[in-house]
Parts: sequence; C-alpha cells; structure tokens
Amino acid sequence: MTSPSSGEAVAKPSSSGLGWILEQRVLLSIAVLAVLPWLLPSQALAVNVLIYGVVVMGYNLLFGYTGLLSFGQAAFFGAGAYFTGIAIGRYGVPWFAAVPIAVLLSTGLAAAIGIVSTRTRGIYFSMVTLALAQLVYYVALQASSFTGGENGLRGFTVDRINLFGFPVNFLDPVNKYYVLMAFAALAMWFQSRILNSPFGAVIEAIRENEQRARACGYDVERSKLIVFMLSGAISSLGGCMLALHLSIVPLDLLHYQTSGMIVMMVLLGGARSFFGPFVGAASFLILEDVISLWTPHWQIFVGAIFVLFVLFLPKGIWGTLLDTLGIGKARP
Amino acid sequence: MSGELLRIEGVGKRFGGFVALEDITVSFAAGQLTSIIGPNGAGKSTFFNILSGALTPTSGTLHFRGRELNGLPQHRFVHQGISRSYQITNIFPDLSVHENVRVAAQALTVSYDIWRNRARLTELNARADAALEAVGLLGKRGELAKFLSHGQQRALEIAIALVSEPELLLLDEPTAGMGPEETKDMVALLERLAEKRTVLLVEHKMKMVLGLSKRVVVLHHGRLLADGAPDEIRSNPEVRRVYLGQSEGYG
Repeated sequence: MTSPSSGEAVAKPSSSGLGWILEQRVLLSIAVLAVLPWLLPSQALAVNVLIYGVVVMGYNLLFGYTGLLSFGQAAFFGAGAYFTGIAIGRYGVPWFAAVPIAVLLSTGLAAAIGIVSTRTRGIYFSMVTLALAQLVYYVALQASSFTGGENGLRGFTVDRINLFGFPVNFLDPVNKYYVLMAFAALAMWFQSRILNSPFGAVIEAIRENEQRARACGYDVERSKLIVFMLSGAISSLGGCMLALHLSIVPLDLLHYQTSGMIVMMVLLGGARSFFGPFVGAASFLILEDVISLWTPHWQIFVGAIFVLFVLFLPKGIWGTLLDTLGIGKARP
Repeated sequence: MSGELLRIEGVGKRFGGFVALEDITVSFAAGQLTSIIGPNGAGKSTFFNILSGALTPTSGTLHFRGRELNGLPQHRFVHQGISRSYQITNIFPDLSVHENVRVAAQALTVSYDIWRNRARLTELNARADAALEAVGLLGKRGELAKFLSHGQQRALEIAIALVSEPELLLLDEPTAGMGPEETKDMVALLERLAEKRTVLLVEHKMKMVLGLSKRVVVLHHGRLLADGAPDEIRSNPEVRRVYLGQSEGYG
C-alpha cells in the first residue's frame, strides 16, 4: 500500500463515473451559472447572484474553510468597487486594466487589516475586523472628493467594451451577464486551486485544531494573514464586478450591514462547500425580493429564517443537500 | 547512534509565584528510550511543553544537536527535528485519518504553496501512509478522525508526530485512558519506535515504564530527584518514598 503508484490510486478514489463528474466542481458551477438567467425570475437578480456569490465565496475561504469569523468583509467588497470606479472615472484606466489594479489595491488593504486582526482570536478577531471595516467606511465617507461621499461614486459608466477585437454593447443585460460570469469563473477556478493546494490543507488544519497545527510546524499567524489576503482579493473581485454592473458605487456597500449580509449568505447557502455561497446569495436575494413585495419590513422575516437556519440547518441549504445525497468528499 | 542529542542546563519555569520547574540539568543521548516519571504536579508536562517550544523557560538553556533552541517560536521546533504527541488526544477531528497525517507531513516542505494539487504530491501521500502503517491505522485511512476509537486516536496522535521523521520524539502518556489490550498494542508500538529514534516518554504506568525504558528520569516538585537505569530507580529509596510507594499495584 505504500508504493507510489498505489498511493496515487488511493489519493484519487473516484476517478470514474459520477465521482469524476462531481470532482469537476468548477465546471459544474460554471454550467449552473451559465443557465442562471433563465432559471431566475429576472436577469437583474441573476447578475446580483453572480456578484454576491463571488464576494461570499471569497468570504467562505476565511470563515468556512479557516474558521475565522470576520465581520468586516464589506471593506474588500467596497474597496474593489471603489478602486475600479476611481481608476476608470478619475484616471481613465481601461476597464480590463482597472479590475486587476483594484484587486491588487484591495489585497493591500486586506494585508493592512489582516496584520492587525489576525493577531487576535475568537470574538476579538470579529470585533477588530468590524471596527477596521467601519474605519474604511468613514474614510470613504469623508474623502468625498475621491469617493463621492454619501452620494456614492458616479461618472465611470462602461457602456461599450471591446472583447478581443469585437465591440460588445455592455448595456445589454445578457452581454453584461456573460462578461461578468467570466470573472466569476476565474474566481472559482482560483478558489478551487487554493482549496486543492497544500496551503488549502493548512487552513483546514488551523480550523480543526490551531494548537496542533502549530505543533506540526505551521506558522499559524502567517497562514491566517495569507488566507485573509486571498479571501479579501476574491471578495474584492466581486466589488469590481458590481462597479462595472451598476456604474455607481453606493457608500452602503462598505457599511457593516453589508458584512452582516455576507455572513448570512454564507450560512444560508452552506459554509465549507464550494457552490454554497452562490446558493446562499441566491436564496437571500430571492427572499429579499419576494418578501419586500408585500412588506417593507422584509428584514424581520429574513432574520427569522436566518435564525431557523442556524438552529436547525447549520450546514445551510447546499451543505445539507450534499450531506443528504452523501456527497462528502469533494464538497462541490 | 551515540553522542549527545539534547542538553538541558539549569532550566526553570515560573508561573507568577509558582515554581513549576527549578534548575533542571540533564542531557539525552541519541537513540534510546528514556521515561520521565513523577507524581502529579511534578512538572512533567511543563518539562515537555518547554522541550516542544510551547512554553519558554524562565531560566536556563536548551541545546539540540549543538544548536540553542531558546527564543525559537514553537512552530520551528518540528523543523529542528523535535516532534511531540499530547496527553489529551489532540488531532484534527473533521479531517480524514490520512489527511491528519498528510497535513503534518507537508509542514516541512510545501506549507505555503497555493498552486499545486496536494492529491498529486505522491511522495507526501506515501509518507503519510507509511506512518499510518507503522501505527497500524492504514486500514482506516479514509475515515474521519473523530470516528476512531480512543485507542486508535492515540495511535493517530503518534502517527502525526512520527511523520515528520523527528530525531527526538516526545510522547506524553500515550496510553492515557487505555484498557489493558490497547495498552499492550501501544507498548509493542513504542518498542518498535524506540529501535530507530530517540524517544522521551512521560508515563504513569510504572510496570510499563520500568520494562520499556533504558533510563528513567524522576521529577518531584519541579526538581530532578533521580536519574538512572530502571533497576537503580526501582531501588532508590528517595524514589520509593515519593513515588513508587504510593502507586504500588498501579499499572
């Protein structure tokens, strides 16, 4: 059993049939997202599921896989959106260059917040991330010449883009959806790669038993900082997508309510599953749409549903479904 | 397999006003099994925590293979070749048995690699399987660690410590909470482990310690009380008074 060849065979137990298909979690997820505009009642909703799905997926890396409950993920969502908007509107950077620039700058912000927050644990970590994210909110509010302050950031409409020589009307919702889906696909591929990597094993070990991970020879603080930055980078890409989609950046994006919403979405969908964040984002947004049709107090109902989930379905919709179907290994 | 591996000089540890260890000077040669014994509160756990880097001594120095260990953060100790198991089972409960060991195996090489696929790192997978085979858990490799029996979890605990191929293996009561059958298996395992490497063992089961060890170090109230071959320890009047007398018929 210890020869390299059989070791490999054991390491990939389901290399045929259904098991093989389920292991292609990135392709499966892309396939679902590709038909999403026709599954959901409106295309506007589908675009939002795409965007929030990416943001929540990035957060899942931190919360679901590493076990770090941050209440400040809105900072990176907002940063991605603001940096994209400022780069395009103020500095005339082409949109396809603005996105990687915004992600890089947001990752820098994540490094700064991470250096401070990952030194703390438990509730202190949650509170420090919340406080620092609120700091970002107030900076955006005050620096109104850059950010538009309370009115949000405007004036960077991307209406027409050039895709490999083909002019595309970006105001057309279908075109927009598929261009943004390419970003989501990129994020999913990157996240899947991280989860399959040796570092992906380190963050799970830290979640399971921090003390033992340290005794095994891992620099726990450094690993937490790295995952905090990766998580911020992926969530910020969702922010870039939102900026391109809306052509404005509302200040509310940075507010702690957005962070709370991200936490709710990941728990509704299922933390620690690959596609759960998209299910969570879709469920939350559909609930919001449906319930707000007949009462302005929709948050009361969404809140109640959330409490029921935490009490009775702690693995969320997708996580519970995977468990029920007995699909545990790859957790697609 | 000779020569000094670990030298401890004047090591002490205080917690506020409480002296847990005082002026311990002892050294360990490569390639033998030494047991650390002593009544509850003697300082055995503190001693182990210092040797594995979890605690920093308030005085004294540690040298491992001639290199000073003082000031090194805990996670660097494994990289020096010192690895430990815990008295209270300390594993990764929601990971598979194989993953528990595999993740420990990769700590020395590819910890921060976010690019390669870990399922394809066949050398690490094979090493993890070899460690599982050494402790008799290869058949359970796919199960979640939390579903193992107590004895199996204790064995997994040792496989995690073993897979980094440490020169010095610290085992903190590997038979804690075990029944006679499981203890017998563990003793056989310890004998096999001690053939190839230096092992320090903290144990309570006296008969087992005296049968297994080449050397026994006795701690009492944070001080070194005795140090010698099992027979010398057995006949040492001081040791009989503080330790053996009270645990007659034990183990």
